[in-house]
Amino acid sequence: MGKKIPEINSGSMADISFLLLTFFLLTSSIDTDLGITRKLPPPPPPERKIDRIKERNVFVVLVNSNNQLMVQGKGMDISQLKDETKKFLENPYDDPNLPEKQDVNIDLLGNYKVSKGVISLQNDRGTTYEMYIKVQNELTAAVNELRNELSKKKFGVKFEDLKDEAQTKAIQKAIPVSISEAEPKNVGGQK
Amino acid sequence: MARFKKAGSRSVPAINTGSMSDIIFMFLFFFMVITTMRESTLYVKIKPPAATEVQKLEKKSLVSFIYVGFPQNAAVYGKEPRIQLNDQISEVSDIKEFIEKEKAARDEIDRQLLTTSLKVDKEAKMGIVTDIKQELRQVSAFKINYSTAKGIKKNAN
Repeated sequence: MGKKIPEINSGSMADISFLLLTFFLLTSSIDTDLGITRKLPPPPPPERKIDRIKERNVFVVLVNSNNQLMVQGKGMDISQLKDETKKFLENPYDDPNLPEKQDVNIDLLGNYKVSKGVISLQNDRGTTYEMYIKVQNELTAAVNELRNELSKKKFGVKFEDLKDEAQTKAIQKAIPVSISEAEPKNVGGQK
Repeated sequence: MARFKKAGSRSVPAINTGSMSDIIFMFLFFFMVITTMRESTLYVKIKPPAATEVQKLEKKSLVSFIYVGFPQNAAVYGKEPRIQLNDQISEVSDIKEFIEKEKAARDEIDRQLLTTSLKVDKEAKMGIVTDIKQELRQVSAFKINYSTAKGIKKNAN
């Protein structure tokens, strides 16, 4: 009873936790992984039948080994690609040169005219990855903008702010990401 | 005069440092929560390209990474972009085994949700990326993510 328990010296505690802190700072990184998500098509079956797609439904995007862009047979700057893609996918005035539309019954949206347009993207083996991502980014931007517009019209909020899973699904169905990547060419001759 | 002398002899009370460790611990927990552990040491140099339409990679446990970039050790691995899987420089043909191992490590239900994140240097050519994509199609790892840095939007709307 009489003996007094000596106080534990906690002065070095701060030093220990500082060490731990520096350890974690060094071994971890803050970067969150961001990126463009895509879905690859399954490998073609051996006896593949070639689907014929009408010419008006295809939006041809070509990138060569010098990172030059050709869209629908014309050279184009990357800054115009988004608007051209939007025009193609939207086809607001039912232009006979732009893709057809198909009436599809979608939950929450009712009958919606879904565009039959397909973007065909082909690049060379010598195209740099940076250019490829730029093109993919512009194409994604076009789709995202169209989705945002539709979502605002129907539900009053932007597509990415939609809380309801069913609403997200409906918009995704109305404006699908239809990018088809052809097997790359090797014109540039590099590996 | 005596008054001044008295003031000088008074000692400054010691600052209580007992709560210092608590503060540091709070720091520590903060950093532990907001950061992620580095997955593996990189043997290739990767500068990701920038993009604006990015999505966050969800469910870190369901992501496998493929790195493509210029080797750090150019004397051994050459100057051309190479593929790194886990902790070693690999060939395109090794991807099949890598993905199958990754799949085997997950639950049956999670296998379809497995995403492959491609971390590719922006200077790399598409040839090597295409080869990887073809290989991934063969092993039915269809969900992919092109890892990018966040770019700045030119016209915000």
